[in-house]
Amino acid sequence: MQTTTRTPATTASTAASPDTSISHSAISARGLTRMYGEVTAVDGLDLAVHRGEIYGLLGPNGAGKSTTVKMLCTLLAPSGGQADVAGFDIATQQQDVRLRIGVALQDVALDPKQTGLELLRLQGQLYGLRKAEIEQRLVELRALVDIGDALDRRIETYSGGMRRRLDLAAALVHNPDVLFLDEPTTGLDPISRASVWQEVRRLNDELGMTILLTTQYLEEADELADRVGIVDHGHLVAEGTPAELKRSIGTDVVFARIDGKIAVAVAALRGVYGVVAVEGHEHELSISVEDGSSAIGPIAIALHDASVRVRDLTLRTPTLDDVFLEMTGAHFDPDATSPTTREDRS
Amino acid sequence: MSTATATFDSQPGTPVPVVRARPAGAVHDVVSIAGRALRAVPRDLEAILPPVFIAVFFFIVNIGTLENLTQNNIQGFDYTAFEMATAVLLGVTGVSRAQALVVDVQSGYFDRLLLTPVRRSAILVGHMVADVTVSSILCVPILALAFALGIDFQTGAVGVLMFIVIAALWSLAFAGFGYAIALKTGNPAAVNSSFLLFFPFLFLTSSYVPRDQLSGWLDTVAGWNPVTYLLQGLRSLALSGWHWDDLGRAFLAVLVVFLISFGLCFAALRARVKQR
Repeated sequence: MQTTTRTPATTASTAASPDTSISHSAISARGLTRMYGEVTAVDGLDLAVHRGEIYGLLGPNGAGKSTTVKMLCTLLAPSGGQADVAGFDIATQQQDVRLRIGVALQDVALDPKQTGLELLRLQGQLYGLRKAEIEQRLVELRALVDIGDALDRRIETYSGGMRRRLDLAAALVHNPDVLFLDEPTTGLDPISRASVWQEVRRLNDELGMTILLTTQYLEEADELADRVGIVDHGHLVAEGTPAELKRSIGTDVVFARIDGKIAVAVAALRGVYGVVAVEGHEHELSISVEDGSSAIGPIAIALHDASVRVRDLTLRTPTLDDVFLEMTGAHFDPDATSPTTREDRS
Repeated sequence: MSTATATFDSQPGTPVPVVRARPAGAVHDVVSIAGRALRAVPRDLEAILPPVFIAVFFFIVNIGTLENLTQNNIQGFDYTAFEMATAVLLGVTGVSRAQALVVDVQSGYFDRLLLTPVRRSAILVGHMVADVTVSSILCVPILALAFALGIDFQTGAVGVLMFIVIAALWSLAFAGFGYAIALKTGNPAAVNSSFLLFFPFLFLTSSYVPRDQLSGWLDTVAGWNPVTYLLQGLRSLALSGWHWDDLGRAFLAVLVVFLISFGLCFAALRARVKQR
């Protein structure tokens, strides 16, 4: 089995100006804008998604993720800016774009009166596949859909998870170069969600498929995406690998609760490998470290050597929520139409 | 037209999938969409059985009510053959998959179709091909009833075929209004309201008695109603043989309605698929 060469990590960027010298990009956008009357849903978005990459577009409801996807897959016309998908302009070469993309939109779009097989066959026909090619793809996609004999049943009898998987299969019938997944796991149970994640990874690893994934789940972006773009109010506020983004906002922190004098503990930690700063308050220590997993051992040893009794030791690494808070001044709340601000939470 | 085989280069070492998308021809697009629409018909019988029932019901009731009255007053008049055309139009007028198209719009499946390279016009034309097929089939039980009631078709088997073709084309022309409303509104209730057009078309005309028996305002309105000429053409096939002037007017009447309804529905399609 061959694996896809993942794009080397780029430096995390906190400005909305990613690399747009885009000859190697599967998706590129420059100043992409979409207005609904007076409302600006997408506001001058710049984006560069490399070939073979899983790119996560992360943001709360109303951030402009779905509107961006609909523009890139030719369902919506941009109000301004320009974008290419698979090397073709979304405004002037729409048919070429459509031949090369697969799309699973946020709301499952299926015809309940057809059977799963009929729907997939029709998809194949509309993409110009020959009969034998369609049958070949049906064999391949059966494993993905994983709903057994239900493929022969009408879709109206399917559960939500089965419909979601069939919708994904419909997006893949023609082996697209670029796959758009708009919140693919929203509403799925944990098992179905894990199954979709596994499939997304497989498509990327085995076929080298470029995948643009929008999500409002931080863990989903963290788990799947090679790079993440955080969208807020229609524009990109940060971009990078999940690790880069987390590192960009600060260090890991080790929290310790101790018995005994705090000053002794602080002194014991001075000079310990990886420790950047120590703050103490009553019986609690907050220890900033460069790499938490490497530093936690030496910290424990240093405190033990100083005869400081440690009641518990906790490592906390920054999360994408911390990144979101840092970039936007608000916490990430997927269910809110706008992020909750520091003031909201206080 | 470009082809899909010229995809952008894959990463070195990445296996290139064998099956690739390519543009399908216009006919292929229409056949694919029509096939889906036709598959849906037997699963949606409640949409087509009531019109046939109504047509058969009124055919029998009208014969029972008006046969003696008309035949006793008009020398050599065959009311069953005369009324057959009205019954067929009652059965096929308004038969369309417009309602199903609304469901597609509402469920998002219409967007899924738009995401494929299918020609936008093929989405509409495919449905209409299915409609013509269904309308032709719906003519059969009504004609069979008419033959069972003893009508003698003056133009023979070819005339029966021509009768079905004209009726199906009329059905298609009228269906354009339903599709226009479906695409414009995306609202099933609004599509149902297109049924209102049915009344002036089918009742302000010579539906139940010959045109020369109409008087006053109804005669004037019937003169403007294209269905009057359509009925005249259809009846001529059954009652009096090949009268090309009657048939020509029937085709012209269908064409006029066709141009109006299709002008409206393709304008609605353009608005619907325009990237809003």
